[in-house]
Amino acid sequence: MSEKRYAPTHEWVEIKDGFAVVGLTRFAVEQLTDVIYIDLPKVGASVSAGQPIAEIESVKAVSDIYAPVDGEITEVNTALSSDASIVSRDPFGEGWLFKIKTANANPTSHLLDNAGYEAQIAGQAH
Amino acid sequence: MDKNQSTGLLFEISRPGRRAHRVGAPDVPEIPLETLFPGEVLAETPPALPELAELDVVRHFTNLSSKNMAIDCNFYPLGSCTMKYNPKRHERIVALPGFGAIHPLAPDSVSQGILELVYGMQKILAEIAGLPAVSIQPAAGAQGELTALLVAAAYFRHKKDYRTRVLIPDSAHGTNPASAALAGFEAVTVKSRADGLVDFEDLKSKVDNRTAVFMITNPNTLGLFDGQIAEITKLIHDAGGLVYLDGANMNAILGITRPGDFGADMMHYNVHKTFTGPHGAGGPGSGPIAVRDFLEPFLPSPVVVKTNNGYALDFDRSLSIGRVHGFQGNIGVLVRGYAYILTLGPKGLREVSEQAVLNANYLLALLKDAIEVPKGDRCMHEFVASARLLRREKRISAMDICKGLLDHGYHPPTVYFPLVVPEALMMEPTETESKETLEEYAKVFKAILAESAETLHHAPHTLGISRPDEVAAAKTPVLRWKN
Repeated sequence: MSEKRYAPTHEWVEIKDGFAVVGLTRFAVEQLTDVIYIDLPKVGASVSAGQPIAEIESVKAVSDIYAPVDGEITEVNTALSSDASIVSRDPFGEGWLFKIKTANANPTSHLLDNAGYEAQIAGQAH
Repeated sequence: MDKNQSTGLLFEISRPGRRAHRVGAPDVPEIPLETLFPGEVLAETPPALPELAELDVVRHFTNLSSKNMAIDCNFYPLGSCTMKYNPKRHERIVALPGFGAIHPLAPDSVSQGILELVYGMQKILAEIAGLPAVSIQPAAGAQGELTALLVAAAYFRHKKDYRTRVLIPDSAHGTNPASAALAGFEAVTVKSRADGLVDFEDLKSKVDNRTAVFMITNPNTLGLFDGQIAEITKLIHDAGGLVYLDGANMNAILGITRPGDFGADMMHYNVHKTFTGPHGAGGPGSGPIAVRDFLEPFLPSPVVVKTNNGYALDFDRSLSIGRVHGFQGNIGVLVRGYAYILTLGPKGLREVSEQAVLNANYLLALLKDAIEVPKGDRCMHEFVASARLLRREKRISAMDICKGLLDHGYHPPTVYFPLVVPEALMMEPTETESKETLEEYAKVFKAILAESAETLHHAPHTLGISRPDEVAAAKTPVLRWKN
């Protein structure tokens, strides 16, 4: 298991058994407030980094979720369709969103490390 | 004082046999229903309608209405919604039999009065927009956006210039991308700069020969006028695209500048906001659009024209996108708007905007030391404060402040919009509020910020309902009564 890396658009990525597991950061879900619904991508869809591929709806707004890396969606977290609040309760664990199979040897090199992401959100933090 | 009598659900206060009136014995022979309709189309049981006395019904609706926040009762600084006072004389005018008792299917020859009014309104809206052709059909702003984008799509199809993308700043109303998608375009987001205006470099990188329309709200949703507008419209026009002006914020610029003069090719009005029309809680609105001459052939059909024999509905429009609304749109709102505009005249309309901008700046000045206003210390007709620091330092969110305002009899500002400002509180006082009202509101607002987080987290304390479960309301709404 790798260290988590972060997209500026608030997705985290962790390479696990050769797949990129993707979720939303705690900062992002706190910004969203109460989550109502998550529209996840289709398994088998090919995605490229920076592309909006999913949507999350909260009581405040509907926001896009972006693919942090290139590849193919191999699995989505189906538990979220019946209870979207898992994302708020455990964004870095049970609340993961989808897995991406990536051909790239070092797929997360363009993403921020923990310190870089912390620095980015410091300006926006509550 | 308790105002709860008869406010239960009508079905629950219903009692068998109770009624408001009785139908007398008919003076014609009675015919059994079964002889008029075949049995299989008749319901087995009559519909379950509530049975109530007239007094039950009057108390029910009067008491419920007294629980409402309304511009006639409360200061209502709901940003982007322009909750100005609607003069009562408009209600008297719109109820005149010449307006209130006419039928939309009556022939033109007996509808000359209302047709003249619509024709006059088309001319006035064209003048204020600086755009010559008007359709008064759309029912509200969002439908105006959609109609204009359908007009643009028809125009490009007619030119065989197939364009697929609509560019929209990230500070725009959510209706902009929704309208683009509904009109068959791909919505592409353009970033804002740190100061809230369009990031011109980002826009430039996204403009190409796929660009059909750039939608801009100016002044934007942060209450800032984008001074780059001439450069922006030139960039879009040089690429062969059209510029759409979201007219949501026209209350800031009436008689001061015109969208047509700063390069917009299409725009919508919100007659109910910028001019007049009781609104809130979903309508009715009126969202006429104004466009350049070369887009006129594509406007919805019919339009009102002046002929040698008076005014007429012109249906002979082969390139038109067709109807977008039954008859002539929400005509009652247009009648009120027409009365409002004629009452004020050109100078009066300019004063409306000057006073609206002055009021917003005064309120901003009263509040800026108490709450952060991140995008500048001057604004147009509204401004956006942020509870970001209050939330971090005192655990008071924008939502908590709004709930606290309810306890003091104020309608809250628009909250959590625009999305580019965290913990946003968007305030639009409008021109119809007095200096004293603004000062009193600012005093109450500051007093709320001084309350404890614990108190505010449970506000409102004085209303029948405190904090509804918003997730359940959105996810599992109860939309009908079931026994």
